[in-house]
Amino acid sequence: MPAFTMRVFRGNPGGGALRDYKVDADEGMVVLDVIHRLQATQAPDLACRWNCKAGKCGSCSAEIDGKPRLMCMTRMDIFEPGATVTVTPIRTFPIIRDLVTDVSYNYVKARQVPPLRLKPPDADGKYRMMQEDVERAQEFHKCIECFLCQDVCHVIRDHEEHKPAFSGPRFFIKVAGLDMHPLDTIDRSEFVRAQAGIGLCNITKCCTEVCPEHIHITDNGIIPMKERMADNFDPIVWLLRKFRGGRPEPA
Amino acid sequence: MAKATYETHEHDVIVIGAGGAGLRAAIEAAAQGVSVGLICKSLLGKAHTVMAEGGIAAAMGNVWPEDNWQVHFRDTMRGGKMLNNWRMAQLHAQEAPDRVLELERWGALFDRTKEGLISQRDFGGHRYARLAHVGDRTGLEMIRTLQYHGIHQGIDVYMECNIQRLVKDGDRVCGAVGYWRKNGEMVVFKAKAVVLATGGIGRAWKVTSNSWEYTGDGHSLALWAGADLIDMEFVQFHPTGMVWPPSVRGILVTESVRGDGGTLKNNKGEQFMFNYIPEFFKAETADNIEEAERWYADKKNNRRTPNLLPRDEVARAINSEIKAGRGSPHGGVFLDICTRRTADYIMKRLPSMYHQFKELAGVDITKEPMEVGPTQHYVMGGVRVDPDSTAGTVPGLFAAGEVAGGMHGSNRLGGNSLSDLLVFGRRAGLGAALYAKNFGGQLVVDSGQVEAIVREALEPFDRAGGENPYAIQADLQETMQSLVGLIRTEAELKEAIKKIEVLKQRAGKVRVEGGRVYNAGWHTALDLRSLLTVAECSAAAALERKESRGGHTRDDHPYTDDTWGKVNVVLRLRDGRVQVSREPLPEMPAELKALFQERK
Repeated sequence: MPAFTMRVFRGNPGGGALRDYKVDADEGMVVLDVIHRLQATQAPDLACRWNCKAGKCGSCSAEIDGKPRLMCMTRMDIFEPGATVTVTPIRTFPIIRDLVTDVSYNYVKARQVPPLRLKPPDADGKYRMMQEDVERAQEFHKCIECFLCQDVCHVIRDHEEHKPAFSGPRFFIKVAGLDMHPLDTIDRSEFVRAQAGIGLCNITKCCTEVCPEHIHITDNGIIPMKERMADNFDPIVWLLRKFRGGRPEPA
Repeated sequence: MAKATYETHEHDVIVIGAGGAGLRAAIEAAAQGVSVGLICKSLLGKAHTVMAEGGIAAAMGNVWPEDNWQVHFRDTMRGGKMLNNWRMAQLHAQEAPDRVLELERWGALFDRTKEGLISQRDFGGHRYARLAHVGDRTGLEMIRTLQYHGIHQGIDVYMECNIQRLVKDGDRVCGAVGYWRKNGEMVVFKAKAVVLATGGIGRAWKVTSNSWEYTGDGHSLALWAGADLIDMEFVQFHPTGMVWPPSVRGILVTESVRGDGGTLKNNKGEQFMFNYIPEFFKAETADNIEEAERWYADKKNNRRTPNLLPRDEVARAINSEIKAGRGSPHGGVFLDICTRRTADYIMKRLPSMYHQFKELAGVDITKEPMEVGPTQHYVMGGVRVDPDSTAGTVPGLFAAGEVAGGMHGSNRLGGNSLSDLLVFGRRAGLGAALYAKNFGGQLVVDSGQVEAIVREALEPFDRAGGENPYAIQADLQETMQSLVGLIRTEAELKEAIKKIEVLKQRAGKVRVEGGRVYNAGWHTALDLRSLLTVAECSAAAALERKESRGGHTRDDHPYTDDTWGKVNVVLRLRDGRVQVSREPLPEMPAELKALFQERK
């Protein structure tokens, strides 16, 4: 039962500091277990979000030794026995208290995404889609909204001024999921350009690296979207489309 | 003294809880044109529904054209050992397919059949492959779909707001009082109708698949407001939770593992489920390995594997094997899917399970068996409701989903929860909206009631010395785990009730440190009130029912008793005490009874 030094941020919007706590960890424990033990024994008012403790709800995002991770999926045995483990809140969003941040930015951005509008069903009232077609979009549906990709995205992290016109990787793949829905009819390209601000992303892939669901955010979501944007402004593609006629209706 | 004023929001309908049932209720109420407030303890989209894995049971007939609502109804009633409210089970079976198609219309991308229709998978107790699913993360798909549809319906969402009590005007519910987690300030909601959609009570047990939110809030809010609870003795212990390492004990291992070909084995390598086939299910269950093996490929001419008996049967069997010394090294049994299925198949059908075992236990389920054992998973009991409108026994109160009782009888079939959330979530939203529209009177939120609720909530800050809220919660979890678990006895239940009484005294002396801003200790202290309430209800009802049925097994009354099959155990608060009574089940009409005679 090795003891670790848990170096945890304690504070509020006015400021705060890292505080050290000695905590024992049992076999198989994850960082969230140790934080819970800390609450139960030494720091009863320590603020932290969590729900499922099984990597499914995306509530317990934090920066562990500076790396954005889910506390519930980070095992203590990846650290040397007796090590100091630093746990700080996800830095991109304003602190509420201790490890809890105000992530309301993401909920504002969520509402801006033009929702799905499906084609009418087949004559018998049923929708038919092939498994291989739904799988492409299903990858993006795996998102647990932990907002770690948002946390690590330097456009949001380092540039407060971009926030109004940039929605971040979470919502790029939200859009990708909607666009790749086999029966969707909405064109979101103007939204992606003007409101979601995809032009600001310079593909550093930080978002992909931290995704606990291993979604290929950059390769399968952002890059194809950027390519489509480029196509939209390509006069030859524009002319071709003119001749072929028909494009999805704008959102 | 001047009265304090509190932040107040007014709606026609408020919905407490934003999992599948709450979101569906809010969407429906908004569609009826009333003003809706949706209140959730966590951030939107984090509710327990997100953890549901296997699928949504609905007799769509996409895989088996023979399937229809009558078969689903019959399976549900038999799974619940006939104690279900027949009308709820009927509505559920009839309406589930439409609710699934509606989710698809709102953007859910289910796995498909070869013809491009929604695929359906096998699950325990369901005669036909019936569960619409998305790999093993169906709940996530469901909550995201409802969430992203819901945010465009004009619903006001109040996140991280924890409701403490309902308020009443005379006999009627007229709102609720809670606190904001982010700043600890109190908030009042005034409403003509209140829908409870708060889920279950699992955090009263030590080994549970439930998230922190499952503290029995809605059950307690209803009871405290004077409403009846039923069937609180019926607690589902899911047969397969993780058992090792200790810190993950209880985390769910989806029934889809068995639905997709997994088998349970003891430490001798025997498929022990063949030794535990109850009389009730003999006719439809394979009694030898050869037939069960053939069933995976040819379902028409063979009977189902006993690995897919209803959850109560499988949980008891696992418990018996472990007790007899035939368990796995860490106190469970083995669940093996890698022998039957390829790594590719497992990764495709059960990606979250692969991930979960790999990352938390260091076990590769494509190469080695899992170790699993029973974990508290669901409460069948809950608020007594009118089946059609979901109205509780107090005017203005509605309930849907796990917090409502009756639908699942003494044991819920896997997959029937997500469909329950959709069917009765919609009905609750409709029922509450119509009630609010038709209510012509004026409601007044009595400031005296509000003041009393606020005072009680803030008391723990001002007490000298006192108890640690985390310690009381841990002691309650030990008590329920050891004395109100899978197998019960009169002596242990009586002891549990005594211990809960002592814990209630201790909870009255709980003290919290720090301020009101996102104070986890304070939140835990307040959760104790509902946790202790539901623990007491569950133990009292279990003591009352002197038979074994579904999710209630009495070692001292090991048989199912027909007399008890005709009554619900009803709990209500009278003069501050929980009163227990037995009341007759509603009588099933003859045409539905006939469904149970046709096929044996």
